[in-house]
Amino acid sequence: MVEQSIGKSVLRKEDMRFITGKGQYTDDINLRGQTYGYFVRSPYAHADIGDIDVSAAAGMPGVIAVLTGKQVAEDEIGGLPCGWMIHSKDGSEMKQPHHPVMAGSKVNYVGEPVALVIADSFVEAKNAAEMVDVDYMERDAVVYAETAQSAPIIHEGISANTCYEWELGEKDATEAALASAAHVTNYEFTNNRLIPNAMEPRAAIADFNTATEDLTLYTTSQNPHLVRLIMTAFIQLAPEHKLRVIAPDVGGGFGSKIFVYSEETALAWASMKLGIPIKWTAERSESFLADAHGRDHVTTAHLAMDEEGHFLGLKVKTTANMGAYLSTFASSVPTYLYGTLLAGQYKTPNIYVEVDAVFTNTAPVDAYRGAGRPEATFLLERIVELAARETGRDPVELRRINMIQPSEFPYQTPVALEYDTGDYEASLNRALKMADYDTFGERKAASEAKGKLRGIGFSCYIEACGLAPSQVAGQLGAGVGLWESGEVRVNPTGSVTVLTGTHSHGQGHETTFAQLVASRFGISVDDVEVVHGDTGKLDFGLGTYGSRSLAVGGSALSKAADKVVEKGRLIAAHLLDTDADKIDFDDGEYRVRDSNQAKTFQEIAFAAYVPHDYPLEELEPGLAEKAFYDPGNFTYPAGTHICEVEIDPETGVVEIDRFIAVDDFGTVINPMIVEGQVHGGIAQGIGQALLEGCVYDETGQLQTGSYMDYCMPRADDLPSFAVGLTSTPCTHNPVGAKGCGEAGAIGSPPAVINAITDAIGVRDIPMPATPEKIWRAIASTTRSAA
Amino acid sequence: MYDFNYHKPSSIDEAVALFIDLEDAVYLAGGHTLLPSLKLRLAAPTDVIDLAGIPGLGDIDYAGDDLTIGALTAHDDVATSPVVQSVIPALSALAAGIGDAQVRNRGTIGGSVANSDPAADYPAAVLGLDATLVTNQRSIAVDEFFTGMFETVLEEGELLTAIRFPKPEAAAYVKYPNPASRYATVGVFIARTTKGVRVAITGAAPSVFRATEMEAALNVDFSENALAGISLDADMMNEDLHASAEYRAHLCTVMARRAVAQLS
Repeated sequence: MVEQSIGKSVLRKEDMRFITGKGQYTDDINLRGQTYGYFVRSPYAHADIGDIDVSAAAGMPGVIAVLTGKQVAEDEIGGLPCGWMIHSKDGSEMKQPHHPVMAGSKVNYVGEPVALVIADSFVEAKNAAEMVDVDYMERDAVVYAETAQSAPIIHEGISANTCYEWELGEKDATEAALASAAHVTNYEFTNNRLIPNAMEPRAAIADFNTATEDLTLYTTSQNPHLVRLIMTAFIQLAPEHKLRVIAPDVGGGFGSKIFVYSEETALAWASMKLGIPIKWTAERSESFLADAHGRDHVTTAHLAMDEEGHFLGLKVKTTANMGAYLSTFASSVPTYLYGTLLAGQYKTPNIYVEVDAVFTNTAPVDAYRGAGRPEATFLLERIVELAARETGRDPVELRRINMIQPSEFPYQTPVALEYDTGDYEASLNRALKMADYDTFGERKAASEAKGKLRGIGFSCYIEACGLAPSQVAGQLGAGVGLWESGEVRVNPTGSVTVLTGTHSHGQGHETTFAQLVASRFGISVDDVEVVHGDTGKLDFGLGTYGSRSLAVGGSALSKAADKVVEKGRLIAAHLLDTDADKIDFDDGEYRVRDSNQAKTFQEIAFAAYVPHDYPLEELEPGLAEKAFYDPGNFTYPAGTHICEVEIDPETGVVEIDRFIAVDDFGTVINPMIVEGQVHGGIAQGIGQALLEGCVYDETGQLQTGSYMDYCMPRADDLPSFAVGLTSTPCTHNPVGAKGCGEAGAIGSPPAVINAITDAIGVRDIPMPATPEKIWRAIASTTRSAA
Repeated sequence: MYDFNYHKPSSIDEAVALFIDLEDAVYLAGGHTLLPSLKLRLAAPTDVIDLAGIPGLGDIDYAGDDLTIGALTAHDDVATSPVVQSVIPALSALAAGIGDAQVRNRGTIGGSVANSDPAADYPAAVLGLDATLVTNQRSIAVDEFFTGMFETVLEEGELLTAIRFPKPEAAAYVKYPNPASRYATVGVFIARTTKGVRVAITGAAPSVFRATEMEAALNVDFSENALAGISLDADMMNEDLHASAEYRAHLCTVMARRAVAQLS
């Protein structure tokens, strides 16, 4: 079993079905009597709705019903809630506008659903949707975070379009540190808005059974239980025990499938209203318009240092664009997932951050791979780089002298978090070696000799994962607990069914969790089946996001497996006629210590289900255990990314010559899967740094609504990544794992921008750093030098 | 897409007759512009006339210093044809750089040229190589052919059947692709011919055009240096999210110099 134990790169069990086209995604499911929904969406960013005339659409071939936002309002369904309460500096609660399931009286972004057409076929629904006549009275649109607070009001009663004005840290102490510093570095920048672009667009089938009054919702979700809870408790669609949410194979989420959206909710409501199954699958254009976007922060920051380069204080002011409404977890992203990370790997004693969250007439903005932590890391690793250059220090050495040392853990930051463990220099040193940093100068000279510019950039990131200690999250405003459930069912023949409340949509849980459990029992991963994504099969679970699945969900499974082992020990003791404390369990065998008497795991399982010789008066039959695990702290993955670029000064085109990532994820179950996660994350981070940028024009029209204009990273945009691991296992969960899903996207963008600005000798270049921006920046340095 | 009637004629005459008879028909070659337009409901023809059933439109033929490529020849066939590779290697290289493998296997040279997309690659080669456009009615010199963005002199129903390229002394194509779409933001095709140097630029302006100032300079001195002082007028350039007019004008000179470098 050694080849399948923890730490081995077992091939992914799920891949054969995915790569042979046999995955079962929501759109692959077809129900008897299924109808199709198509949404009529607002073409305006900001407009009042007058009459909606559906008569022409209703008369079109195949049309079953046309439902509008006005009917949603009449039925009193919704609105869509935001699950995290943020309080402003003055103690007041954040302003949460009513978020209708479909707009009834006013639209607030382009693409907002206004009506739902249901027909016998997709084409008929779409044809009829074109005939829905909506009377819009256009208003001026509010589009950009920078100007939102002085723009016309979007939501009645929410002044200055401001959701909250939040703060964290010690203002006076930080300002005093800035005032007394030997040097202060200032940085103003925008963290560019992104569109998630999961490979599988969102889709749903709502199926109301008029006989049993059960509603089944198949949907592309990262957390089906959360969908059920919100639809029941907040939207009041159906009682929780009559609502089953199934998230089958899901083709990527990156955060965008955490949320409870208008479309899935409207579909569920319509199915209950009409008593028929209805399917909706987003077209890619709809995904661009109506999936929750990411990032979109405008920030000013000041970093204070003493004469030796020690950081004294960091003061930050960020304006975060929330879009038109608060998406499910939008409010937490620029606050507790952002401000709390501003210490990074450094011993900055004083930190103060203010965040104004503002509404605009754009699609809602919420968590996107990294969620707040990429924004914090970008700020920190850029301003540290600038500070090094301004004061003539080596950027590596400046980071090094400020790093928290291994002997200083647990380390309490000035922004609420307590880091449990880490060794930041170990990752830094390893990355420098892998990058051949010593010989960078030679490569730079070689590039110059052929007319190219070469630069190197560093990023030493930390993130907080393993969401989350429920009581801490609750104190900070979370509307839910953030524990996880796990169940280990040993079958009578000794094979195992594992049930987890997390959800795999590309992460490879069917392999990693099988490895975790199989290695505990000394059985093959092929004898373990992982079940997830169905509220009808599982205990409540919180789903997958925030790199939490192994650290929290794996820990629950680990505890459940412990219980199985212990119960098995009692059974073995009975069968072997000895005391339980004299029995060791190892490599699939219960053995009486210092003897050759043993029972296999399979024999124990059989005895548990066929209890003919069994201590029934003391022990229940069966061998299935569950556990609920609530983490004691966040986990803190950390590492160093190094990017080296070569730039063509004539065109501004960047070639990434090498990209090195050395990460400390604690205990790693499957290094191949972890490396894949890191690769994907880096690709997304490089996408943000070089290629991706969501653009709305001044009227709120999306300019980047297709792949012709929104530039996703492709394989040929990227080098072969060099990925390494260091390890300080998490101290407070039973697996020792920290989480690896987001690190790539968190660590990489500042490494890329630091490399580019190093190469061309400019202070800053906005993301995405397109060739034209770089060409212009080079031209400006040439002019200023001349 | 909206419903339409589908036709698959087996001759050019039949195709043209259908086009004239039908209410609002379009020809379908490789479909790489038409099908996305249909799917996005930007085009709504009553009838689609698929040219794939007409024999002979995908032939490549070299005779008497003229390379003739049938209008329905797929990009991949141009890219991998030993004849094209040997007679005009710059043309096969251009074809190999269009889109991705799926696009190259379906998209056709005739479809691309007849469409006159300002960001397509082929118009630069056709104009740069002084090609002749052969239709079911006539032969058209390329200098007369492209008239504007998505516009040519092709008349309603007139069917481009082949493109005839005179063999140049040498030719090169260098492009700067749009990072998102991979269409040409600027693509410069330079050919040395017996009648002089021709420089054709696609992507930069509303339609492919000849950079006559560059041609004149290169006719005097075929070297990178000859282009150093030439900057095209940004006012005639396209401007979009991906590249300003000024950047496009700058790229025209850079790409032209790189094409010359390949030929020097």
